[in-house]
Amino acid sequence: MKIDDMTAVKIDACGIYYRELNEKLRQLITNGVENIEIENVCGQRYIGTDLDSRVNIEIHGTPGNDLAAFMNGPTVTVHGNAQDGCGNTMNEGKIVVHGHAGDITGLSARGGKIFIKEGVGYRAGIHMKEYEGKKPVLVIGNTAQDFAGEYMAGGIMILLGLNLAEGEKHPGKFLGTGMHGGVIYLRGTVEDYQLGKEVGIAELEQKDYQILNPLIAEFCEHFDYDNEMIMNRNFLKLYPRYLRPYGRLYAY
Amino acid sequence: MKNLRHINNSFNDDKVIDACSIFGAMNTSGKRFSGTGVIKAIANMHDRGNGLGGGFAVYGLYPEYKDLYAFHIMYLSAEGRNETESYLKECFDIIHREDVPSRKTAKISNPPVIIRYFLDIEKRQPDASLQDDYVLNAIMHINTTRKDSFVFSGGKDMAVFKGVGYPEEIAEFFCLEQYEGYIWTSHGRFPTNTQAWWGGAHPFSILDWTVVHNGEISSYGINKRYLEGYGYHCTMQTDTEVIAYAVDLLMRKHKLPLEIMAKVLAPPFWSDIERMPEKEQELALALRQVYGSIMLNGPFAILVAHHGELIGLTDRIRLRPLTIGEKDDMVYYSSEESAIRLISPQLDKAWTPMGGEPVIARVKQNELRTTESKVEAALSRR
Repeated sequence: MKIDDMTAVKIDACGIYYRELNEKLRQLITNGVENIEIENVCGQRYIGTDLDSRVNIEIHGTPGNDLAAFMNGPTVTVHGNAQDGCGNTMNEGKIVVHGHAGDITGLSARGGKIFIKEGVGYRAGIHMKEYEGKKPVLVIGNTAQDFAGEYMAGGIMILLGLNLAEGEKHPGKFLGTGMHGGVIYLRGTVEDYQLGKEVGIAELEQKDYQILNPLIAEFCEHFDYDNEMIMNRNFLKLYPRYLRPYGRLYAY
Repeated sequence: MKNLRHINNSFNDDKVIDACSIFGAMNTSGKRFSGTGVIKAIANMHDRGNGLGGGFAVYGLYPEYKDLYAFHIMYLSAEGRNETESYLKECFDIIHREDVPSRKTAKISNPPVIIRYFLDIEKRQPDASLQDDYVLNAIMHINTTRKDSFVFSGGKDMAVFKGVGYPEEIAEFFCLEQYEGYIWTSHGRFPTNTQAWWGGAHPFSILDWTVVHNGEISSYGINKRYLEGYGYHCTMQTDTEVIAYAVDLLMRKHKLPLEIMAKVLAPPFWSDIERMPEKEQELALALRQVYGSIMLNGPFAILVAHHGELIGLTDRIRLRPLTIGEKDDMVYYSSEESAIRLISPQLDKAWTPMGGEPVIARVKQNELRTTESKVEAALSRR
């Protein structure tokens, strides 16, 4: 570790327990380091949790569950795949995964951006939320397994379906089950039976593209995709039909 | 019935939340490999368990006795051992008997006595088609009536090693780095609703079937009662036990193809059945009608193994994780991808199956198949 070089610090995480690794990250950030590269990561949980500066963290390997949980500002780039719970309740910052991510990606996120190059597991974006200026974004390059956007209460989720052929529908079911806020933009097609009961489906309007375009551009920048190729296919908008779908369930 | 409460829970917890770890590896060419990698991989998921149970199943480890039934039996008293050994002598020819090798370690305290027997039944039950049932009855008899005796495994050329501790500690205790097998499964336990004791650790087995499980089977009661009707008695105080017996019943006795068995344990949703083509729908409905009492309710990710096959399956809405790695003729199953990458960093393929879709690795076929192809085959045969 070279503390004197304030711009880039390398950590070899081989055999290091997650608590020790996170302590090291906190210490480096306190010392003003702005770029950190972690090598040989293999299952260490909570990497980058709770960090609140603008530091860049490059991860090589397979970070463990709850990557960047409660994170508040850093940019975390994973050169590999992420596991379950990536971006758990993050508040601000960015996660870029050059591979796939596991279940409950972006769960309960309340701000920040997550870009996944390939696909994600079950329950992506479960209970993402938003408040005033805080609006989390989850962009998925391929597609999601079942229950994407479950109980979604806010934020933006984008499913690009880049692994799907023209006309091939997204495979996930129970999409947006319990959704009562936020929006899902889905590139390609999906059938009604795949959607949660609370979800409405619509064509995009001009104001939707104003939200979508810069996010797609950012995705392309991260993963070197052609913007035009992505925007050439039709998008659908999935939205919550009710803000309080069960508001009357317990009221007589 | 004997008293089955053998409590060894140093935390005195009544109930804790659950996040077990499971890991499996198979060489699809049938080549045997050391357990070192599997031990390393399950140890990498140390934090998923809490040290109240760890275990391993190994296939192909006893080539010198491969035609004999290998019984691993745990004894909690000398009296129990006497009772059971006299019963074994009645029912089997004991070709070889020895302590299961173990070493003194800092972490494993108060281990029970564990003995292995290599048993011949040719003279007692010459009809090969009845031998498995003969052995199954003997195992049930020992577990339910012989004092302080529990059969951990009783198949040919396979064995279960398990106990109270983290899996890597159990591996050290049983010297597992010294064994070779072509299938390994392993488990780190975080007990959910039942006490931690040596018999309650995973894997659970019957004959050469073994199961490791992350989750909890809330249908345990109805499953248990259903299985009792077929002569399977649950004595290990852990929900997972029913899965081992269910698989034996469905596949060995009822001769269901593996892919159909998976549809029994994790049946398609009614809403999916409604959209199926007619014949497939007929099959799905028949399975739900005939086998409603043995469907598994509750969250699960399981690895089921027997000679020649290793199967991974999760509940239909994947409330527990399972990820697959493939490299040449090795197939890996794990709760976390990092555990696979630790021992095989350059995978040909890493992927996550859909909930309720079995992932099956078979010897010699060297390919993974999902349910659909075999279900179609079963339908077209009708």
